[in-house]
Formats: sequence, C-alpha cells, structure tokens
Amino acid sequence: MNDKQHSRAVTVALLAPAGVFFFFLLVLPMVVVLVFSFGERAPAGGYAPAFTFDNYLNLPARGKAFFNTLTLAPLGTLLTAIIAFPVAYYLAVRVHPKWRVTMLVLIMAPFWTSQLLRYYAWMMILGSKGIPSWLALLGFGDIRLINTPWAVLIGAVYGFLPLMVPPIYVSLEKLDKRLLEASADLGATPVATFLQITLPLAIPGVATGSMLVFILLMGDFILPQYLGGGKVFFIGNALVDLFLQSRNWPYGAAVSVALVLIMLATIYFYMRFILSRGDRRRAVLV
Amino acid sequence: MRYFIAFIYFFLYAPILLIVALSFNSGRQAFVWKGISTEWYGKAFSNPLITEALTTSLTIALSTAFLSAIFGTLLALGLERVKGWLRVLFDVLTYTAIMVPGIVIGISTLIAFVTLFDLVNPTLEAAMGWRLQMGTWAVIAAHVLFNIAVVALLVRARLQGMDRSLIEASEDLYATPAGTFVQIVLPLLAPAILAGFLLAFTFSFEDFIIAYFVAGPDVTLPIYVFSSIRRGVTPEINAVGTIVLLSSLLLLIVAQWVLRRGEKPVN
Repeated sequence: MNDKQHSRAVTVALLAPAGVFFFFLLVLPMVVVLVFSFGERAPAGGYAPAFTFDNYLNLPARGKAFFNTLTLAPLGTLLTAIIAFPVAYYLAVRVHPKWRVTMLVLIMAPFWTSQLLRYYAWMMILGSKGIPSWLALLGFGDIRLINTPWAVLIGAVYGFLPLMVPPIYVSLEKLDKRLLEASADLGATPVATFLQITLPLAIPGVATGSMLVFILLMGDFILPQYLGGGKVFFIGNALVDLFLQSRNWPYGAAVSVALVLIMLATIYFYMRFILSRGDRRRAVLV
Repeated sequence: MRYFIAFIYFFLYAPILLIVALSFNSGRQAFVWKGISTEWYGKAFSNPLITEALTTSLTIALSTAFLSAIFGTLLALGLERVKGWLRVLFDVLTYTAIMVPGIVIGISTLIAFVTLFDLVNPTLEAAMGWRLQMGTWAVIAAHVLFNIAVVALLVRARLQGMDRSLIEASEDLYATPAGTFVQIVLPLLAPAILAGFLLAFTFSFEDFIIAYFVAGPDVTLPIYVFSSIRRGVTPEINAVGTIVLLSSLLLLIVAQWVLRRGEKPVN
C-alpha cells in the first residue's frame, strides 16, 4: 500500500463511525418520516402506503399548536435573553474574578437536575395553593397563573436561563474594559456606550445562546404539558398525541416535517440577520 | 442591579430547595408537610424499580459518553483531512444532528426502526428464534448521534486553536505519525474531549424526550420520574431528585477542577 492509499484508508476509518450514526439515526429516519408524511393512516393505526398531500393540507387542524409554539418559543427565547443579559454582564464585569467561575457554575447547576421535577415544583408554586393564594392574602383575588401562557413563559425563562447566561458571559468576558473608559472619556453617555460597544460585542454570545434555547423550546413538550396544562400546548404535545395516542403516523410525520422546515428556515434567516448586523458593526468599529 | 442578581439566584434555586425540603417530609403525599424524616431515602434505595431505572440510566449515560467522545473525536480529526463535497456533507450532517429537535429524532428513529423490525422480525424469528425490539440500545444510539456532533464541534474548535509548530517539531524529530498523535495531539485535545464526555453524560442522563419514544419496555430514571409524577408524587421521588442533584453538583465541581488543571499547560 502506498502512502496516498494509506492516508485515504485512515481518513475513511476516522469518518466511518460517525457516518454510520449519521446514516442510520439521522438520514434514514428523516427519509422514512418524509415518505410516511405522504402516506395514509392504516385502519389500526400506523402507516399505509399511499401518495397524497392530504396530511399537509390538514396541517391547519393543528394550527393552534403551531401558533402557540411559534409565538411562545420566540417570545420565551427573547425574554430569557433579556433577563440573562444583565446577569451575564454583572458576572463578567462587576464580580471579582475570583468568584466569577463559581457564580457561573451556580447559574448552570440547576440545568443538571431533573427537568421534570423542577417543572413539577413550578406546578406547585404557580398552582392555586402557591403564589395565587399568597396574592389573595394581599387582596389580589382570583389570579390564575398555572395553565396560562404566562406560566409557560416563566417556565421557559426558568428552564433555559442556565443555558443562555454562559455564552453571553463568554463574549462579554473578552470585552476590553478600556474600550468602555475610552468611550466615556470621549463624552459618550452610558447608554450610548452600552449600545455602541457592549451590545455589539455581546451579539455572538446572544446569538449562540438564543439559538440553543430556541431549538430546545421549539421541540419541548414537558414544559407546556406541566405548566400549560391542556390549555397551552405546543407542536411537541401534538406529536406525542399523534404518535403515541391516536397513532396517526402519516399526519404526525407531516407535522414533524413542517416543524423541522420551520426551524431550519428560522435559524437560517436569524443567522444571516445576525451575521450581516455583526459585519456592519465591525465595519463601523474599524 | 445587585438585588436583581440576588433575585435571579433565588428564582433559580427556590424550586430546587422546595424539592430538597420535601424529600425530608414524613407524610405520604409529597406536598403536604407532616414532619421531618429521612425514611424516604431508605425507601427509595430499597425500591427495585428505582434502583433498576438508575442502573439503566447510568448504563445509557456512560455508554453514550464513551462512544460519543471516541467517535466525535475521530470525526473532528477526519474532517481536518477532507475537502470538497465530502467536507460539506459531513458539516451539514453535524449541524443538522444538533439542530433537529430531540422530539423529531425520537419519533423518526422510532418509526424507522419499528418499520424495519416489522420487515425483518418474521425471518429472524424463524431462523434464529429471537426478534429485534426497541430498548436501551436504541436510546444509546440516538443519544450518541447528537453527542457525536457536540464532541466534534468542541474538539474541532480546540484543533483550530492548536499550535502547528509542535506537530512539525515532533515530525522533525523523527516521531512516527502515531507517536506524534499519542504524545502531542491527544494531550492537547484532552480538555475538549473530556468536556464533551461530561456534556454527553449529563445530556444522556437527563434526557426524557428521546428516551420516552425509543426506550421500548426499558425504564430510565427520567421515565420513572415522569410516570410517578403522573401517579402522584411521593417524597420518595423528591429524595431521588435530591440525590441526583447532589451527585451532579459533585460531578460539576470535579469537572471544573479537572478542566482548570487541563487548561493551564496550554496557556
């Protein structure tokens, strides 16, 4: 075997294991889902071969799930980013360097405990015996939190703050404090300094964190099930119902395809927007 | 600002403290306080359903972490050596594996494999007397898919920041390619591989959504927690949650310590 053949054999050996997983657990299942989405529901549930667009034309029947997901997932992501930003800023700029990592780890730690139990605890906190009953003592009667979009948004911020803070922290930590001083010396107001220096530098971190949270929120079904009750349901809940309860696989497959397409399109346009903004800012800074 | 930060930490930890506090409840119902006791910790550990679920979850998480760390590193090294369409194909697959929501991975894996098994099982059963079914192995496979991509991205970032002159020096000193890899490249990549290993472990141990679809008759800890929340929570589940919380905190502290030690020589 000559050198070139040897080198090629090594490359194939390196890529083969990942290639096998990509093929059998990503490409093949996606092709099956795509094929099924044009099929019909078998009488006993499952899939029967056919070629029809009915499943796609029927998507509006689950419009409510799409509407809830497509409003609450971006809104939840935005809210999480807005709350995470000052936390990340405080940790990166104000906290003594000795304590930074510890405080960051404390932000992340809740994510590594049972998600199910934490949302269950929130069910109790937001339920009629939790916060609403304390508010009633203060004279605010008849406030309902659980099973409302508000509960889902609180849960989203709670659940994903630990994932949003670290990437923003990482991009802000690189911030050269002298830039802030220079900006102030040149007569910029704190607001102008923030908008022109801090925020543009943090954009990559905000983009990474938001994407991570958005992907997880779009596919979630535990959060809406626990905190939204039967009232505020996501596409994930529709999928659980279609695949495990009503066993309408072709329709469920069409819903999955729609979900994946919406996600890919959103991420594509979001990244393009972020990149073009980032470049313009960089150009201005130079 | 200070008060806001304090509130955020309170917001993050209040529900967790509630779980920890209620694990010491002596009453049967998790959320009706009867008095302090540690009896539920004993009960949790003598409950075979819980110990079995814990064993299943640990098996899945450890296998996932090992396989993803190895295959993900190989993928990152392999990607360095290819150009053109093959490079683009593997890049697209890597990012797709991360971007497709877990629920879609779970569902598509379920229907693809169940359909496949329905085709081959009659033959298999006639020929060898056993049949393929979903289970622990499918959970591991689906978890490895996602985590291979995560490890590959971490290792690749590390590779790109690596000092090439070290490799050249090693080659100049007549080290074999294998020798250079083991003595130079691998130690430099170790922190990224370790970080990937830990991420894969925690992701896999915590995952409910994918396992819910592909675990078949097997029960992981999150699946057990889910079904017991459905039946009505007892302090037993809170005790399990508390133990898991303490072990993850411990793991996180150890990981932090190891990573910091690993970072130093590079700087």
